[in-house]
Amino acid sequence: MYLAKLVVPCLTLLASFASKANDMPLNLTKGVTDISDRVYDLHMTIFYICCIIGFLVFGVMFYSIVRHRKSRGVKPANFHESTKIELLWTAIPFVILIGMAIPATNTLIAMENSDDADLTVLVTGSQWKWHYRYLEHDLEYYSVLATPRRQIENKLAKGQNYLLEVDRPLVIPTNTKVRFLMTSDDVIHSWWVPEFAVKKDANPGFINEAWTNVPTAGIYRGQCAELCGKDHGFMPVVVIAKEPEEFQSWLASQQAEQQAKQAEEQRLLALQMPKDELMDLGKRTYDQFCAACHQPNGQGLPGMFPALKGSDMVMTDAAAHIDIVLYGKAGTAMAGFGKQLSLKELAAVVTYERNAWGNDTGELIQAADIEARRKAAM
Amino acid sequence: MTSMTEQNDIAAQQHDETNEHHHYAPKGIMRWLLTTNHKDIGTLYLIFAFTMFLVGGAMAMVIRAELFQPGLQLVDPNFFNQMTTVHGLIMVFGAVMPAFTGLANWMIPMMIGAPDMALPRMNNWSFWILPFAFAILLGSLFMEGGGPAFGWTFYAPLSTTYSSDSTALFVFSVHIMGISSIMGAINVIVTIVNLRAPDMSWMKLPLFVWTWLITAFLLIAVMPVLAGVVTMVLTDKYFGTSFFDAAGGGDPVMFQHIFWFFGHPEVYIMILPSFGIVSAIIPAFARKPLFGYASMVYATASIAGLSFIVWAHHMFTTGMPLFGELFFMYCTMLIAVPTGVKVFNWVATMWRGAMTFEVPMLFALAFVVLFTIGGFSGLMLAITPVDFQYHDTYFVVAHFHYVLVTGAIFSIYAAAYYWLPKWTGHMFNEFWAKMHFWCSLVSVNVLFFPMHFLGLAGMPRRIPDYALQFADVNQIVSIGGFAFGLSQLLFVVVVVKAARGGEKAAAKPWEGAEGLEWTVPSPAPYHTFETPPAVK
Amino acid sequence: MNTPTDRQTQHQQANKKLVGRLVLIVAAMFGFGFAMVPLYDVFCDITGLNGKTNSEAVSTVAVDADLSRQVRVQFVTHNAKGVAWPFQSSLPSIKVHPGVMTQVEFVVENPTNRPVIAQAIPSVSPGLGAQYLRKLECFCFNQQPLAPGERKVMPMQFYIAPDMPNDIGTLTLAYTLYDISNRGDQPANAQTAAP
Repeated sequence: MYLAKLVVPCLTLLASFASKANDMPLNLTKGVTDISDRVYDLHMTIFYICCIIGFLVFGVMFYSIVRHRKSRGVKPANFHESTKIELLWTAIPFVILIGMAIPATNTLIAMENSDDADLTVLVTGSQWKWHYRYLEHDLEYYSVLATPRRQIENKLAKGQNYLLEVDRPLVIPTNTKVRFLMTSDDVIHSWWVPEFAVKKDANPGFINEAWTNVPTAGIYRGQCAELCGKDHGFMPVVVIAKEPEEFQSWLASQQAEQQAKQAEEQRLLALQMPKDELMDLGKRTYDQFCAACHQPNGQGLPGMFPALKGSDMVMTDAAAHIDIVLYGKAGTAMAGFGKQLSLKELAAVVTYERNAWGNDTGELIQAADIEARRKAAM
Repeated sequence: MTSMTEQNDIAAQQHDETNEHHHYAPKGIMRWLLTTNHKDIGTLYLIFAFTMFLVGGAMAMVIRAELFQPGLQLVDPNFFNQMTTVHGLIMVFGAVMPAFTGLANWMIPMMIGAPDMALPRMNNWSFWILPFAFAILLGSLFMEGGGPAFGWTFYAPLSTTYSSDSTALFVFSVHIMGISSIMGAINVIVTIVNLRAPDMSWMKLPLFVWTWLITAFLLIAVMPVLAGVVTMVLTDKYFGTSFFDAAGGGDPVMFQHIFWFFGHPEVYIMILPSFGIVSAIIPAFARKPLFGYASMVYATASIAGLSFIVWAHHMFTTGMPLFGELFFMYCTMLIAVPTGVKVFNWVATMWRGAMTFEVPMLFALAFVVLFTIGGFSGLMLAITPVDFQYHDTYFVVAHFHYVLVTGAIFSIYAAAYYWLPKWTGHMFNEFWAKMHFWCSLVSVNVLFFPMHFLGLAGMPRRIPDYALQFADVNQIVSIGGFAFGLSQLLFVVVVVKAARGGEKAAAKPWEGAEGLEWTVPSPAPYHTFETPPAVK
Repeated sequence: MNTPTDRQTQHQQANKKLVGRLVLIVAAMFGFGFAMVPLYDVFCDITGLNGKTNSEAVSTVAVDADLSRQVRVQFVTHNAKGVAWPFQSSLPSIKVHPGVMTQVEFVVENPTNRPVIAQAIPSVSPGLGAQYLRKLECFCFNQQPLAPGERKVMPMQFYIAPDMPNDIGTLTLAYTLYDISNRGDQPANAQTAAP
């Protein structure tokens, strides 16, 4: 029987992978927030309705396939219309749809009400990392993929949170309405945390908003959901929800750290780093932040990302070189690293680029040179 | 393929004169380059579409091979993005649409009793510019910086400020594809409106003709909009305008509005002719007239009408005001009504028929079931709050592949098997055809069904590498993909065998088939219906 | 009945006519694609679809202040890629009564040694609120030339329309600062925000 031929292999295969993929949920996450829970319920409702309709329609169809076949010697009937039935099966789906639309509308209205938030975070997407700025507090930082490149290149065993880990996660308090404002520095990104049922596009030049209220402390992982270029698959979102008191102390410690770092940097301005130290730190920094586009050998990807090896600007114009590393280049994928890296790292990476791969300019760039470009109107 | 040394008994008399025409036709390659014969051009379109299907399929194989395991092993992310982009463009504009145009060219004149398409010379043009369009598109892959890597939807500013230098070639090739399909659509409309046999009234038209007429109107309505939006991309990138650049007062979200104003009707352009095909095949093998012919026509027209007011359901996450989200959600849900009517009508057509299950019928039945599954996931995607979770995940990938592969492509296979005896004059090898069907059916579900789970579990689309939890299911999907890819080669075997020889096909090889195309001999003579036939 | 040749000429005439009409539709739809650009702007102006604020000063009309409620207006400044100039608002946010004129100052500084032209692009969230945020004066209406080392204090004067729905309690006004020095002075196209 054709039916058996069709069903048996499908079922076997389904069963085999259902047992195999035991660590991947096969359904939408219920999430942790009130909204994500409502979204899940809505998803299941619609899914069950579809299943029932499918069961009825396919049931009739397969019954017909089994019973009304020529090989059983049946004579075909000749009816070909019935206004009554046709009206009926136009009207019934319509009613079912209204039944679906009501809960959907209610959930949507609840999702779109972002008023009375206690904390606002400006989320900025850029190729290929997220930047978080706490608008009510003096704190901002980048959040970059933490998975080592060697794991991606299959040279190291992959960790448990492969591609879903970042160096500095976003931290938010629990039981607090947190509002996210989304924007972008370059192309469109989309900030998505499935467990909050929050997915919102970050559009360059525009802001969007979303909100959540997380009841339980924990680590929540998501990813960029809108194709944003080469490393779209490598810009995860990690959010840590902490109890409000813990959040406050975290906030204080971060702000203190940020200030201490700035003070330390100012103190270090006078420091002259020797060449091999600069080159060493520079290589590490370069491999982590620059090599994805400009390639480890400095040759870039022709037509996409310019080569640094033998580049005119790198070989001659140090000021322009520092500026582009600090502030990025408008209209290209080149982001500014002025806020992301320390003065020391910036100095090291510029030095590295000016001396590696046969770019032997012999020039050393020190933290003070970077600070000079940053501060002064020369 | 259309050699016509054989004359079949039925209706032979009326075709005596057609022999003579054939002798004047040029031979060899020039015959194909210069042909204005709708059957030749239909054949060219079909061969071209299938070639592109294999090329686009090869790209899908690259994608599935890279995704077979976590980590980057075969291709770099930039090339991966080019593969997903060009795979999409080729399948949409190079495989599905030309295949439908090929079927239209072959069948519409024979179905309405016309001697040829109304504008035969334009017909030749609209085909012969297509290979150039795709040569340009494929050539751009070899340029420095690579070909288009911004997804087939080419969202700005990824496709403008941030794209590689080959974008101009992409724009140029899309323009040519657009011109080709607009010319094809005009030809179809003029043929159907002006060349019907005198007795062929509107409500006697076969549904394939009806659905194609509506599709053709959709095409001339939205392909120019696509041409407009790629032109804006071109000027934004190269000529300093800022349609989509906030710095100059533009808005990147506007790109998506204009694109999807084209894009959503485009989706129906790729499925309405399928409805027509299935509405021809199911009655033929159920030996019972189509249930609800009139409501089928109205349902098709209303789907086409609704397609113009639902576009923003592709953009729920772009940040629309509440009333916008509600409006587009309600309109999208409404589409389920006429689509449901169609499915119910097909089931009612089968009900109390006397069915046999030749290969065209098998594909048509698989179409009904699997397209409906795609419809269900479409309905789920229409619900805005849950769309926030599904959007841009593998759930969407599963959805549109169910609609386009097991929908559009299965219906094209159904049509090919249904009319192959008419085209070649030979019955195809049933064993291999059935192998093709069953292998495709099983593998396509192994390929696309688990994608629903991947999407629900949170795997975004268009990524070259993924978290470890997705590894097992991706492996299964890839295996399904390779199996489905290989299965399609069986179709080549079946068609080549049938073109070369085999059991002679009667003028009407299917017992329950209806329509004028079955009144001419198999293979169909080079010229048919030079005098309009009588229609009962 | 007509002879075949009659039929053919008839057909050819009918075909020509129909092709002409269809080509007209095609041309019209090509035009419509471009017409969607201004249409979209008009639609956004009316509904606040994309959160754009008015690009020219509203004429001052006396509005009655609504002292019964307050709206929080939050200011966000953001530099586009490659823009190195410090850009800040004097206040992070302010509570205002609808209908009351308010002035906020923004400061921008050009630390480089070359003259530059800045353009701030405003965006409001929630988008629907944009139409109720009425600006009488804004640095975003114009391009802002900055001399080397210049520090510029730029006022922005606005009021919230009293008919704004009650369910909008917070309005965020974000400015993204772009460097348009190299774009030339010509407005890029019809819909350039700052004429």
